[in-house]
Amino acid sequence: MKRSIILNVNGAARTAEVEPRALLAYVLRDQLDLTGTHIGCDTSQCGACTVLLDGRAVKSCTVLAVQAEGRKITTIEGLAPDGGRGGRGGLHPLQQAFWEKHGLQCGFCTPGMIMTAVDLLSSKPNPTDAEIRHAIEGNLCRCTGYQNIVAAIQAAAAAGR
Amino acid sequence: MATLFGSGIKRREDPRLITGTATYTDDVKLPGLLYASVLRSTYAHARLKKVDVAKAKKAPGVVAVYTGADLKDKVNTVPCAWNVPNCDLKVPAHSLLAADKVRYVGDGIALVVAESRAAARDALDVIDVDYEPLDAVVDPEKAAQQGAPQLHADVANNIAFTWKVAGGDADKAFAEAPVKVEQRILQNRLLPTAMEPRAACASYNPGTGQLTVWVTSQNPHIHRFLLSVMLKLPEHRTRVIAPEVGGGFGSKIPAYPDEALVGFASIDLGRPVKWTEDRSENYKVTIHGRDHVEYVELAGTKDGKITGLRTRVYAGLGGYASTAAPGIPTILHGLMYSGPYMIPNISGTVYGVYTTTTPVDAYRGAGRPEATFLLERMINLYAQKIGMDPVEVRRKNLIPKDKFPYTVATGITYDSGNYQGALDKALKMLDYKKFRAEQAKARKEGRYLGVGVTTYCEICGLGPSQVAGAVGFGGGLYDSAIVRVYPTGVVRAYIGGKPSGQGEETTFAQIVADEFGIPVENVEVVAGDTEATPQGWGTYGSRTTAVCGSAVKIAAQRVKEKAKKIAAHLLEANETDLEWKDGKFVVKGSPDKGKSFGELALMANVAWNMPAGVEPGLEATAFYDPSNFVYPFGTHICTVEVDVETGEVKILRYIAVDDCGPQINPMIVEGQVHGGVAQGLGEALQEVAVYDEDGQLLTGTLMDYAVPKASQMPTIETAHTVTPSPVNPLGVKGVGETGTIASVPTLVNAVCDALAPLGVTHIDKPLTPARVWAAIRQAKGGRP
Repeated sequence: MKRSIILNVNGAARTAEVEPRALLAYVLRDQLDLTGTHIGCDTSQCGACTVLLDGRAVKSCTVLAVQAEGRKITTIEGLAPDGGRGGRGGLHPLQQAFWEKHGLQCGFCTPGMIMTAVDLLSSKPNPTDAEIRHAIEGNLCRCTGYQNIVAAIQAAAAAGR
Repeated sequence: MATLFGSGIKRREDPRLITGTATYTDDVKLPGLLYASVLRSTYAHARLKKVDVAKAKKAPGVVAVYTGADLKDKVNTVPCAWNVPNCDLKVPAHSLLAADKVRYVGDGIALVVAESRAAARDALDVIDVDYEPLDAVVDPEKAAQQGAPQLHADVANNIAFTWKVAGGDADKAFAEAPVKVEQRILQNRLLPTAMEPRAACASYNPGTGQLTVWVTSQNPHIHRFLLSVMLKLPEHRTRVIAPEVGGGFGSKIPAYPDEALVGFASIDLGRPVKWTEDRSENYKVTIHGRDHVEYVELAGTKDGKITGLRTRVYAGLGGYASTAAPGIPTILHGLMYSGPYMIPNISGTVYGVYTTTTPVDAYRGAGRPEATFLLERMINLYAQKIGMDPVEVRRKNLIPKDKFPYTVATGITYDSGNYQGALDKALKMLDYKKFRAEQAKARKEGRYLGVGVTTYCEICGLGPSQVAGAVGFGGGLYDSAIVRVYPTGVVRAYIGGKPSGQGEETTFAQIVADEFGIPVENVEVVAGDTEATPQGWGTYGSRTTAVCGSAVKIAAQRVKEKAKKIAAHLLEANETDLEWKDGKFVVKGSPDKGKSFGELALMANVAWNMPAGVEPGLEATAFYDPSNFVYPFGTHICTVEVDVETGEVKILRYIAVDDCGPQINPMIVEGQVHGGVAQGLGEALQEVAVYDEDGQLLTGTLMDYAVPKASQMPTIETAHTVTPSPVNPLGVKGVGETGTIASVPTLVNAVCDALAPLGVTHIDKPLTPARVWAAIRQAKGGRP
């Protein structure tokens, strides 16, 4: 039943043996060891598993791994210019802004939240607070009350201007 | 060097969290790892006639299947660890897997261990269970009545305990009171919803006989002890590691069957085993919060002096007594009935009641939000009845700032406070008078504005261990730290607490760096591994900074005392002639003659030239046991506009003035307030776990349970006052739960205030548009 697929993840070709029913989120985590993509629900509400697929934010729990073949996948690990290295090698402006503005507490929703924000700012570089709150509606955070997340996304937007 | 205490420096936790390099429990991967899945009861209450796992054992990828019968005598039951005294507490056995009866939807029946997550899940489908359904009962008040379905053979009327609190003479106060108000109050059942679901990964080494379990835990040392009990394993061969923890809010305090089950399977199979719940499983089996039915009466004079409070509470416990469950609606609830007020006569009775639902335990605030809500709600009803401004009623009854320490009628003693100060500040931020004028004007235009003002105080910083023992808590409530200085002068602090997002790796590093006058980058805080950290009692009850942070401070001071001896020796001076200045011990009057912290660290660790009788090394351990709880306080204000056509509530402003004593990192304090308020607003506006009459959880996924979204939360205006606690060396109180405690009545009172002209006096939370609309309609004389 399993088939071999090649996924283009964070700029590298990765091979995975997957069942057709395997969700991208699980393949990223369990087979490719990209555990920065988190899974917080089973109904596509929480957004913790958000990754970029050809530059657009998608919940990787609603994408079959086989559907992602041939497309460009970016996970939180691949967001920083040099692949992150735990922040030692420079950060993406949104990562930096989340750090500066205390936009995270437990950090579990953060990778998905940041990926959604990347998509938002790419299409809307100067969002209002209301637009930000609307854009991240599909990403749940239980720690911050969202206030500093909104501030972080605004700060990243300002840094990009 | 500038002081770090009070500085909002960035968190050192964040680089790993924002780059996806942090390790949460489900990220742990070991060679030969197996995956576990639990078959869970689909009935709320049933006898198990047959559990046939033959097919599952042969299913593809399955390594083992265990039932309750298989585990019998090999493991112990799940302990309840808060045996509240003097309340006739009955704690029936809670098996790791049910063998004869299930008592809630989600109760475990069988464990499947397989080569992959999918194989384990698939095999659940071929287990054949024959249930004999029994009647369910989900409402704690109904469950306590004669004739209700009985969950446990030895618990009459499902009443687990009857706990009483009394001070003064409430009956007399009520008999004599010119004014009385009463209200039935429902504390909606809540789903804690830490974004990271629970998980456990166990690895047994047959050679050493040691079991290592990675657990989503707020208190790894408590889990070590409880796991060792459940698995009949010596405690020193049980190692618990709580790695990155993605939120807890109380739900990662208890011992659950699941963590022990993977431990058992790993021991039995000699391979590592991991279990991770998904969200719907989390909603079925991870503890719920609140769930009270309360009958509350308040007595007072016609001019606003409160003279008595009386309660009768049915607190739902779910199917079994969870780890801390008996203490939540009693010690952490009833003892706080006086709030920040002088209420001379108090009496309360709390019935803990088993129901055919998921066990209920500590959820952010844990007992105090329920106490604060009922009190604040009653005060507004009282103010309305006597025609007095609710703020004035509060002001009239607040404990004055010169009365501390103050002992309330329930017998506990508040450490310090300036309640009027916080109230004045918050009222000024709003411009209360101006708002009342706007409200009056709006009403004339047919618009309904309202304001809620909550003055609160809460009990946290749990707490003196002697008190813990006296109230039946099955452990200590001190906490601990080892501060270890390396030869190069860098420092690690190993702490007994275990944060799940609160940022103590940063704030505790600030404490240490301040003490030693070294850059904060030179200090690292280590938490979560029972092999590395000293015995601690966990992160809950807003205790970590007040208790564990104090241990860090004291350990650092001890290190410094030793360093001073070494400095005196090297400088050939008397210790009394030395002073600590700019990160150095210097001879008083000769500031150029000194030894830096780095020089002393090196000498202590190489020990080439030590003073007589002083051991090599530079580290110290502290176990800090506080002399009292701490009592943070503040005033929260919310203004709302209610659309009376749709029942929709719009928050206009939310103001939070909190006093948690001196703030180590104001940025982190503010973050705690934001998150706490948001959780409280969720409780007040939209969150409720709903069961049908058969005990099926209708809000069983994140599609149905309304965790607040970004678009639903207001921008919170924060401010603070600073009243140090005399209890601990840092002077700090807690702030992790204040937001949740204060915000719920603030919002509800604001909505009730808005709708007062329509005759609405009370609405059961959560205040969904449907409920608000129904209350308006009912007040107008229509059908609800």
